[in-house]
Amino acid sequence: MELLERFAQGDLEAFETLFRQFQGGVYGWIIRIVRNPATAEDLTVETFWRVYRAHARFDPQGNFGGWIRRIATNAALDHLKTVRREVELPDDLSSGSPRDPAVSGEIRQRIAQAFRQLPARLRVAAILALVEEEPYEKIAETLGISVGAVKSRVFRAVRMLRKKLRQQGVEP
Amino acid sequence: MNEGKDEKIRIVVKSAIPPVANRELKRDLWPQMLRRMEQRPAQMPWLDWALLGLLGVWILFFPEAIPLLLYQL
Repeated sequence: MELLERFAQGDLEAFETLFRQFQGGVYGWIIRIVRNPATAEDLTVETFWRVYRAHARFDPQGNFGGWIRRIATNAALDHLKTVRREVELPDDLSSGSPRDPAVSGEIRQRIAQAFRQLPARLRVAAILALVEEEPYEKIAETLGISVGAVKSRVFRAVRMLRKKLRQQGVEP
Repeated sequence: MNEGKDEKIRIVVKSAIPPVANRELKRDLWPQMLRRMEQRPAQMPWLDWALLGLLGVWILFFPEAIPLLLYQL
């Protein structure tokens, strides 16, 4: 019997195989959204817990990778809804790419702060589109919405960000 | 919103919040997963039980309020 069929029937060994196969990818996706390694680990476990509980609803002919990424995105979104204003961006997570010298440290802080104050749904769309530069199609698939809706969320996020920054005297 | 402004805000945001560089999982999470699976479901807080009890008493004394309650749900 195929692995996904065994998983759908509740086989724990099949689940463990899938866990080991996908845990790295799920973690890598979640950390892009929550930007904190410890939180990303917890949410990876939370994602697989949701997957395990929903095994009977999974169609073995379906795309497991896409399904789990969607569950992971929802888990990350649920997390951001509760702690969105408190999460700081640790410096060691940044890519090390040169920062724009025209943007001062203080302005960068204000932008990051304004970004954290965005509603979670807009923030996730904006972070995946603007910062991680994921294709709109992929973001739409993982959020379970249309490409148009993703564009709309990114647009609204940018508009709110501009407004918040103007209030702080920063003209982006 | 024009493309020039879009590009500018993207650069500014990326400068403040750079993409995550290290996306690699550093340890196996299976032991954590097993612990999570062994955990008992969360207990219902006593306040929830108390509210449920009050609701039951209320329905017992005012059964005519059931349609109103269902409407609110």
